[in-house]
Amino acid sequence: MELTKDEESALKGEQGEILQTAYRILVATGEATDAEKLVPIEWAHLSGVNYNTIGDAGEELLSDISKNARVKVKTTLNPMGFDIDNVKNYGLDENFISKQLSIRNSYETMGVIPSFSCIPYEIFDIPKDGTQVAFAESNAAIHANSFDNLKTNKESAFSALASAIIGKSPYSSLRKEDSPNITIRMKVNNPNELTYGMLGFFAGKVGDTSVNISGIGEMDKRQTKAMCGGMGTSGTCAKFIFGKGESDCEKIDFDEKEMQNVHDELNTAEKGDIITLGSPQLGLDEISDLAGKLKGRSFQKRCMVFMPRTVKEQSTKIGYTAELERAGCEILADCCTCLSPLISKDSVDAVTTNSIKGAFYLKNSNGVDVNLKPLLQIVEDETR
Amino acid sequence: MKVLVSGKIDGIVLKSENPINFLGTVDKKTGIISDKNHDLYQKSMKDTVLVFPSGVGSSVGAYTIYSIKSNETAPLAMICKKADLTVATGCALANIPMITISDEEFNSIKNGMMISLDTESNQIHYQ
Repeated sequence: MELTKDEESALKGEQGEILQTAYRILVATGEATDAEKLVPIEWAHLSGVNYNTIGDAGEELLSDISKNARVKVKTTLNPMGFDIDNVKNYGLDENFISKQLSIRNSYETMGVIPSFSCIPYEIFDIPKDGTQVAFAESNAAIHANSFDNLKTNKESAFSALASAIIGKSPYSSLRKEDSPNITIRMKVNNPNELTYGMLGFFAGKVGDTSVNISGIGEMDKRQTKAMCGGMGTSGTCAKFIFGKGESDCEKIDFDEKEMQNVHDELNTAEKGDIITLGSPQLGLDEISDLAGKLKGRSFQKRCMVFMPRTVKEQSTKIGYTAELERAGCEILADCCTCLSPLISKDSVDAVTTNSIKGAFYLKNSNGVDVNLKPLLQIVEDETR
Repeated sequence: MKVLVSGKIDGIVLKSENPINFLGTVDKKTGIISDKNHDLYQKSMKDTVLVFPSGVGSSVGAYTIYSIKSNETAPLAMICKKADLTVATGCALANIPMITISDEEFNSIKNGMMISLDTESNQIHYQ
């Protein structure tokens, strides 16, 4: 990797320990991904926020580096483990809460915007076409590359943090022009968001860095998010390119049979004890739509609804929050279904959700069974 | 060889033919491998030159590498066949020299060998 004189000097430690460590991370990442240089970025989005995933080692590291490290570019943050407004309802232990708050404090000290959201593309303005960013959240990286005309690798928690501190990122894989060697042909009719989630999950398995995708019509926000979330869950692939691709591209069909395979892998229960909505978190459009669908109806079991705090605040002003709570929803800001410590197999056997990403982590991390249904079906079956 | 994290060390090889999943199978206090199916089961990587094909598993495993370094149970250096982001960023975070080498070179390294590594001059010496 070619470094400038200034970058070399920082790597040697001549500009302090924090910059040295950050450069060491970017150089190691760059060498591992065959980057030839570092490029400036305008926005970093960090993962490694939830105490449930980073644990004591993460908490200690962040507390340590936050004494000196400051981010150099606009930096936003993934969800944490709970919503402070209602955490007392969920029986989390004091240690979890205090460690999570320490993590929040470390990030704020470093100058990170405490967005606690996995949908930065929905709650922040999108920079101009072609802008280099560094997103560690997989669904956000895929959304940025595929729908927002931004350029990012699927960063790790560490390369995104180092990129935020330095304001640069390795110039590798998805930042360069890419031409996928695989085209996925969508062959399933009348797709809903669950179908798109399964398509994404399938694409993540067969694709390497990026895939072409053909046979797709207009998608709504819920569907695009489901597709990005699904892909981010199953592999390293981080970009959809819409079209048929070159003629020598390998063609793979996503048909009813492939869809059934994904469904069988992730759907392990006929019904759930609770319902979760949001993984990725819901945006204002989806909240508005949900409030409409729930007019005059109420959930017959617990339904957890996850969203960014900014969306919760807007929803409260508009009146959606009151409408959702009337229908029996539990509103949770700053956290998400994915890797939530709020859902324990001690009290829940199975969860109903429309999220492929949520299903994967509920099954593999929380250890609960999952019942997959599209939102329309959930509302029909679970409300009166 | 390709240098991912630079440095200069002398040490004795602990070699594995299996990939290592740092999250979950390496004790973050003792640096001992707890996976019964691993060829380094119950071996400590402390102060060794750890030679293995590559890392596997969650990128959160990088924190484990940082932890064993903080607990003074980390290897002196890591040598892999293939670079993966977990080991690369973990070693970068913990400032543990890390390189990748060719398959032939990997095959020529034996357990218990003495290795001198100096990334500055791009050299490995075996004894």
